[in-house]
Amino acid sequence: MRLFILLATASVLWAQAPGPASAPAGNAQNGKKIFESYGCYQCHGHAGQGGAGARIAPRPIAFAAFTRYVRQPTGEMPPYTAKVVSDQELGDIYAFLQSIPQPPAAKGIPLLN
Amino acid sequence: MKKSKTSIGRRGFLKGTAAGAAAIVAAEPLAKAQRPSPASGTAVIPSATALAAETSTIPAAIEVLTADRPGSDFMVDILKSLGFEYIAANPGSSFRSLHESIVNYGGNKSPELLTCCHEESSVALADGYARVEGKPMAVMAHSTVGLQHAAMAIYNTYAARMPVFIILGNTIDAETRRPGIEWYHSAQDAVAMVREYTKWDDLPISLPHFAESAVRGYKIAMTAPMGPVVLVADSDLQERPVAKEARMKIPKLTLPAPLSGDSGAVAEVARLLVNAQNPVILADRCVRSEAGMKNLVELAETVQAPVAGGKFPSRHPLSQAGGRGLLANADLILALEVPDLWGTINSYRDQQIRTYRSNIKPGAKVVSISTGELDIKSNYQYFQRYAEVDVAIAADAEATLASLTEACKRLITADRKRAFEERGKKLAAAHDQALERARTEATYAWDESPVSTARMAAELWAQIKDKDWSLVTGGASRLWNVEKYYQSVGGGGAGGLGYSAPASVGAALANRKHGRLSVAIQTDGDLMYAPGVLWTAAHHRIPLLSVMHNNRAYHQEVMHIQRMANRHQRGITNAGIGTTITDPNIDFGAMAKSLGIHGEGPITDPKDLAPALKRGVEIAMRGEPVLVDVVTQPR
Repeated sequence: MRLFILLATASVLWAQAPGPASAPAGNAQNGKKIFESYGCYQCHGHAGQGGAGARIAPRPIAFAAFTRYVRQPTGEMPPYTAKVVSDQELGDIYAFLQSIPQPPAAKGIPLLN
Repeated sequence: MKKSKTSIGRRGFLKGTAAGAAAIVAAEPLAKAQRPSPASGTAVIPSATALAAETSTIPAAIEVLTADRPGSDFMVDILKSLGFEYIAANPGSSFRSLHESIVNYGGNKSPELLTCCHEESSVALADGYARVEGKPMAVMAHSTVGLQHAAMAIYNTYAARMPVFIILGNTIDAETRRPGIEWYHSAQDAVAMVREYTKWDDLPISLPHFAESAVRGYKIAMTAPMGPVVLVADSDLQERPVAKEARMKIPKLTLPAPLSGDSGAVAEVARLLVNAQNPVILADRCVRSEAGMKNLVELAETVQAPVAGGKFPSRHPLSQAGGRGLLANADLILALEVPDLWGTINSYRDQQIRTYRSNIKPGAKVVSISTGELDIKSNYQYFQRYAEVDVAIAADAEATLASLTEACKRLITADRKRAFEERGKKLAAAHDQALERARTEATYAWDESPVSTARMAAELWAQIKDKDWSLVTGGASRLWNVEKYYQSVGGGGAGGLGYSAPASVGAALANRKHGRLSVAIQTDGDLMYAPGVLWTAAHHRIPLLSVMHNNRAYHQEVMHIQRMANRHQRGITNAGIGTTITDPNIDFGAMAKSLGIHGEGPITDPKDLAPALKRGVEIAMRGEPVLVDVVTQPR
């Protein structure tokens, strides 16, 4: 039971881990570049549409939640710690994800109907 | 070129020295050591051994140079009696007599010899054929080295529980082996290296023994759980003539009826199924025939239970996408031939500290009906983690469907019927919502380059939906309308790469006589193991549309290396080293052309897909193989 409580506390702390409150002014162009070179595309696709991993664009989750998950993923995603990706670089990636436009509606694509 | 004055004509040399041949043989070692090498441009002086062989005066009565009825002819009789349509092989001298008997004595029909460029391709081709046709194709493999090449595909086939009948050439008698290469290509227990992942093997020492073991082997391969068998065809047994007075008999083949579940256990499962509030059927490898699919539909409809996985009509309202949500709400999971049940009802987290959690709620009942427990070996761990279940029936799930359905019908009350109808309505709504979600998901990256896999699937579906199609490798999109058991053939059992390309050719061959359009979604890494199978498809006029899912990588491995780099917090840009297939990019269209089939691509703009696929379908429909190379998103 003691162990369980400790783990539960740690979980809450992770959930509340401070991250940048709002997205920094990111460089979408650099974000696109490192989205590729850092391997994000491998699971999320070149346009963030998802694949082995979840869809993360367009309209990514809030930056704080995004950062928290990237640093300390609770699922299958490998962690990207500050040692290998800086907060600024995360901001750049986030800017890239924000720049991805909405796709056409399914109803407007004959092949999907 | 003017001959040297010192050269000696071979014929003249023989004429002049024949009388002394025997004496020369005796002196050969010393003579050879002392003989100078022939000068360049001169005729080679035959060795004393060769000379003796060509000229010795052995009495005609024992100098037997021909055989009117080699044992391999009888082996062909056996193959014909077992109904083999094809026999796949890369040529090898250890089965040269059987090879010759097939093409001459047997007329190269039933079985017809399929020329393969790799033994791994031969076995995988047979695996793909069995998935469609429901019976084995024969394969010939060449003793040591051929079986070594075939080994991975045999393991895949064993893990997938597919019937394949392998005839292995070998030369047991050291006295009759040709010196040199035939020693390298012989083994005292040739099957040893694959025995752990074959169902049965034998080394017959007489032709009647061969006949009996061939029939027995076929029966074993076809008895669930099915699997590959290996029959050694000793080269002497193949090449020695059958005595004129010999009475050769081929035993009658009677396949056993598939094992249906024990009636008491089936009744218990029916009780659980009828009384469950939220049952889920996991169909995985359950269905292998049209009748099996029909029976699975009837079971699902009888109790209005959702079906996830396996071969089930994709547009049926009870067809559900599966996933954790479906399992999390279930109070009964009925697993039908699920090879990795533990991995299905649990989620595993691949982080530094590996953890797992159950996908099902406490108290949920788990029922397994599977033949998997009837044939388990020790060394190779294909049998997966031990799964705790509440009821286990060691039987053929497909063969048990009808009796389970009838048992359910006997228990259904008016109240349960009403509950089923309500559940059915909810499931139908969930099915429609999931389909709508899949449509929306497909729109993301719709116009991207590289081409999204959803776009590729949608473009392909548009071209094949009005044909009698069969997806012979790769997974069907959720948006496709899968109605027949052969429309989703499935994949390799143990996940060994190099399987899909030859298996798709084998499945396409099986589809050919039914006039179906065979379509493969072919990955690049897999094709590069043994691309020669494209030539096999061209050579044997096997119609097949291969659409490349070319992500220019062994992508699963890219992700694994990325995971390690992230975990070790270093070098996260290096995951592509040793895992990607770029620099240079492979031009699969050009490669296809070089192997004799029509090739298109590489296609990077999704707008170019439709015309290329349309051409591809037209070519495949007129009976030829064709490859369309599409450069895709990773997944």
